[in-house]
Amino acid sequence: MPPITARFQLAYNKFSLDVDLQLPSTGITILFGQSGSGKTTLLRCIAGLEQAPIGFLEINGTIWQDSENKVFLPTYQRNLGYVFQEANLFPHLSVEDNLQFGLKRLDKRPNKADLKNLLELLGIEHLLKRKPDRLSGGEKQRVAIARALALNPDILLMDEPLAALDFKRKQEILPFLTRLHQQLEIPVLYVTHSHQEVAQLTDTLVLLEEGKVQASGSLSETLSRLDLPFAQDKEASTVWQATLIAHETDYHLTRVAIAGDTLSLPFIDAQPGTSLRIQIYARDVSIALEKPKATSILNILPAIINDFTHDAYGQCIVQLKIGSQSLLAHITLKSAILLNLQCGMPVYVQIKGTSLLN
Amino acid sequence: MLTPADLDALLLTFKVASLATLFMLLIGTPLAWWLARTHSAFKGFINAIVSLPLVLPPTVLGFYLLVLMGPAGFIGKLTNELGLGTLPFTFPGLVIASVLYSMPFVVQPLQAAFTSIGEQPLEAAATLRASPLDTFFSVVVPLTKPGFLTASILGFTHTVGEFGVVLMIGGNIPDKTRVVSVQIYNHVEALEYSEAHWLAGCLLAFSFTVLFILYTVLKTQPNVQQLK
Repeated sequence: MPPITARFQLAYNKFSLDVDLQLPSTGITILFGQSGSGKTTLLRCIAGLEQAPIGFLEINGTIWQDSENKVFLPTYQRNLGYVFQEANLFPHLSVEDNLQFGLKRLDKRPNKADLKNLLELLGIEHLLKRKPDRLSGGEKQRVAIARALALNPDILLMDEPLAALDFKRKQEILPFLTRLHQQLEIPVLYVTHSHQEVAQLTDTLVLLEEGKVQASGSLSETLSRLDLPFAQDKEASTVWQATLIAHETDYHLTRVAIAGDTLSLPFIDAQPGTSLRIQIYARDVSIALEKPKATSILNILPAIINDFTHDAYGQCIVQLKIGSQSLLAHITLKSAILLNLQCGMPVYVQIKGTSLLN
Repeated sequence: MLTPADLDALLLTFKVASLATLFMLLIGTPLAWWLARTHSAFKGFINAIVSLPLVLPPTVLGFYLLVLMGPAGFIGKLTNELGLGTLPFTFPGLVIASVLYSMPFVVQPLQAAFTSIGEQPLEAAATLRASPLDTFFSVVVPLTKPGFLTASILGFTHTVGEFGVVLMIGGNIPDKTRVVSVQIYNHVEALEYSEAHWLAGCLLAFSFTVLFILYTVLKTQPNVQQLK
């Protein structure tokens, strides 16, 4: 599939959006930014809910907007799925009728087995007869996701689908989203300002600020860029893709392969060969010039210092390379000076803890 | 007891009010939809025009309609040209006047209902392949049913109660323009108080029942302005 091309220019009183993006045709692309950064407006422009006076949008080989040639497909003629922040189910229709609303209007009905799989995947088969006011927030949002996906869209647009839910409901939906992530073949554009959702779901990250694209690229690359706010954040982290190798049952540990090396993680209940997503917080990474010998830390990897910077509060942010993978470390400025860190220097990183994201 | 003339008046009133309500819904629905959604500079102007009958004495409205629809008026000339004759003192004239007179009682509840559902269901419908017209009938109408009910009831009852406009443009022609309110006036003029009581009682019972249903069963809250 050809990539997605999206160019929009629009201006309100105090807000303007000016973006020119090429997005991959598979996987989840997260539009990340503070409120007012234009991420929702961008999503609405792609859906046609908002019409940018100057714009060009091509998805899956179809042109949805081309302002130069006065082309603007209204939303209802675009083959998309949209999940709103509030589930936005029709209150006068049952769950089943909500799901059928879009299906009834398609020329070509998708087959019944696909729909059944979708209901199963989202765990909503038992809710079909209920009215939306008898659903919890999490259930509503799952129905809304099913309603959008049932149409077999060319692209799925999700506008902060978890923002209106409390922590518990979020935890209830995230596994469903991760499962969708693994099974969906269409591109997903997902708006959020949550670091957790970024780490857990992203393949491609687009960072927006004041209506402009500040950065876009793969997740690990973008998270570890020192010129972006992610790396400075107290919760700064890098996300790695790893493969499970074997279990060390005696120690309740699991070994995974990563960047030509291996890591020991707390026991993971999965088969060898499983692909895993691992998050390493910058505050859990320390640096040594020589390979530490007597230490309780299991995960020690050779690395090269790629770049570093520091903030005004005595914190040094170091970007390291392990093979082609990037890793961030937060250390004190004093340590950085005592160790006389230089770019290109070979060092050892000690990883104190990791968390598993899927 | 009700005389045959009273029954005729009741039947005529029912016919005028039903037809007028039908036309008010047909015209008032798109009008209210437009008013609820437009950002046009004309919105205030149109709103004021539609609401005029709320504040104008019915005789003023009736007077202008009489002039306009009379043989020398703009509408009167038009209807004459079309071979329809002039409208004052006819049943169609009465229906047209009723539509204008009661329109705010239909437009305002509809406009409020359309505004209250907001953009969200419309946007959801658009992302689910429903065209704007499709959305109106499959989403907006079901969601604003109480608004339509309130509008119909208020439009109908207000038309039943009109008097000043009827006198100005309808006169007092049996079976054509003699509605209940005029018939009651006739009885009182003739000092037939007992007949007047019967008819007035009918209207009182009817109006109370309808409003009672509106407030209790449907639990709608028509505001003071809507009921004037």
